Amino acid sequence: MKIVVCIKQVPDTKGGVKFNPDGTLDRGAMLTIMNPDDKAGLEAALRLKDEFGAEVTVVTMGLPKAEDVLREALAMGADKAILVTDRVLGGADTWATSTTLAGAIRNLEYDLIITGRQAIDGDTAQVGPQISEHLGIPVISYAQNIKIDGDSVIVERQYDDRYHVLKAKMPCLITALAELNEPRYMTPGGIFDACKADITVWGRADLKDVDDSNLGLKGSPTQIAKASDKVRKGAGEKVTLDASESVDYIIDKLKVKHVI
Amino acid sequence: MNIEEYKGVFVFAQQVDNELSGIALELIGKGKDLAKDLGTEVTAVLVGSDVKGLADELAAYGADKVILVDDPELKEYRTEPYAHALASVIEKYKPEIMLVGATAIGRDLGPRVSARVHTGLTADCTQLEIGDFPINPIPGKEQLHNQLLMTRPAFGGNTIATIACPAFRPQMATVRPGVMQKLPKNEGAKAVIEEFNPGFTPDNKYVEILEVVKSVVDTVDIMDAKILVSGGRGVGSPENFKLLDDLAEVLGATVSCSRAVVDAGWKSKDLQVGQTGKTVRPNVYFAIGISGAIQHLAGMEESDLIIAINKDETAPIFDVADYGLVGDLNKILPALTEKLKTELAAK
Repeated sequence: MKIVVCIKQVPDTKGGVKFNPDGTLDRGAMLTIMNPDDKAGLEAALRLKDEFGAEVTVVTMGLPKAEDVLREALAMGADKAILVTDRVLGGADTWATSTTLAGAIRNLEYDLIITGRQAIDGDTAQVGPQISEHLGIPVISYAQNIKIDGDSVIVERQYDDRYHVLKAKMPCLITALAELNEPRYMTPGGIFDACKADITVWGRADLKDVDDSNLGLKGSPTQIAKASDKVRKGAGEKVTLDASESVDYIIDKLKVKHVI
Repeated sequence: MNIEEYKGVFVFAQQVDNELSGIALELIGKGKDLAKDLGTEVTAVLVGSDVKGLADELAAYGADKVILVDDPELKEYRTEPYAHALASVIEKYKPEIMLVGATAIGRDLGPRVSARVHTGLTADCTQLEIGDFPINPIPGKEQLHNQLLMTRPAFGGNTIATIACPAFRPQMATVRPGVMQKLPKNEGAKAVIEEFNPGFTPDNKYVEILEVVKSVVDTVDIMDAKILVSGGRGVGSPENFKLLDDLAEVLGATVSCSRAVVDAGWKSKDLQVGQTGKTVRPNVYFAIGISGAIQHLAGMEESDLIIAINKDETAPIFDVADYGLVGDLNKILPALTEKLKTELAAK
């Protein structure tokens, strides 16, 4: 079995967020991690590898330094890593990103493609389903459990008040939830090997069946009109009182606000 | 793509088990605002099996027109037949705006459809308005009017971005549930109903549903609650949520929780407030033992009144609380519940 896992290097959103003058993100200036949902997707692929002997290829699109996240994936146990990077791919929205990744994946053999549900920087949850559409294969989003059954996958698909147990013929794309599993740590041997491993680097010319007009900032239907830091409403009163004073305090406030 | 051909505001009228989701009505409410600014109408796209009976409810909440796609293949939500239904509606009727709820359904359907019809999609919007793009004139660049400006939080709520989709139609957005207001119900209002079936032929993209497993807990919708008593990891144990249940009962409130509580298995996912849970804005939000990670704040900071109780005076929840009490919830809550009982009984 061949599994492709799409991963993204994301800024750690707990740190500060920085912008370029044009309102796009200054990714170069921020600390980065492997996106948590993607890491769960990678772990799911590695568990299938442990069980069935799959070959796991990780793919990322990003700046050259996104190589770091590929080496982390190799150290966890992925077999091959592909970095898709090119100046003309910069500033891509989800449409252009999914078009690019689909163009890269068309060069690969796959039974299963796994992506994270969403990345913690954009939170859009769009790129996985859009890749599946470009490739003409089924998608199962929000996976909380993945099993293989012959030439099919059986997946628990999470909704707000229920889950569906879905069966799809491979090839199929699955988007993984972070709660799917507890990702493994890199092994010392894995880290050693990953440092020396070759990473395949693809540029625009390596993308298959993709039109220039659908790539990068120019190929992005959505455009940023304005971006800014969130202005929070600010703190109100903070008091330290004993329990009975606290109770009186809260009841007084509820009365003033006509709640009671 | 001839943009001039695209007219009208369309909303995806999500239904589950043949009951309309709240978001369907919220989108109609917001759609009316946008349609008014554009001098056009709101059309609800109703997709399902035996769902025609829901059209009147859509009309009562403001839909001018309902496009009904009714087919046995559409009984339960599945990506492919629903994407085919909505994409076919878009191709035939050419709306300028297509709104979808940012639910577990809409966040799967929206991207699949936007990729199929080749347009942009802005995720999880919290504000929509009609305006100019670029917002301020830029020399040498044409300023377009009557554009949908879609505002959304990103970076875990750290930033706000406003997005436009100037060169493609429809302008598509998924919209966070609980943010837009539905209109008052106008009983007896009627909408034009148009039935449309693009044909459904199962292919490799149709997945099979083996089982539907519904959550066994009572489904209270925390988004409808006027008062929420919300607990975090600081509550200490699932048993200790009894203190919150007691307070909620006295106030006629609903209990909700933070992500940590769901991750620990103390409460079910449908009670979770925050970025990966639900957005709430009750009249009063009690944050009990919730530290206030930014992802949590993103889901509740629009509440009218926020009262926080936490023993850690540096907890970020105090940065958004109107009234913050540094103290022990195990002492404060029981005493508060008792005193409230007395107060309310005296009325």
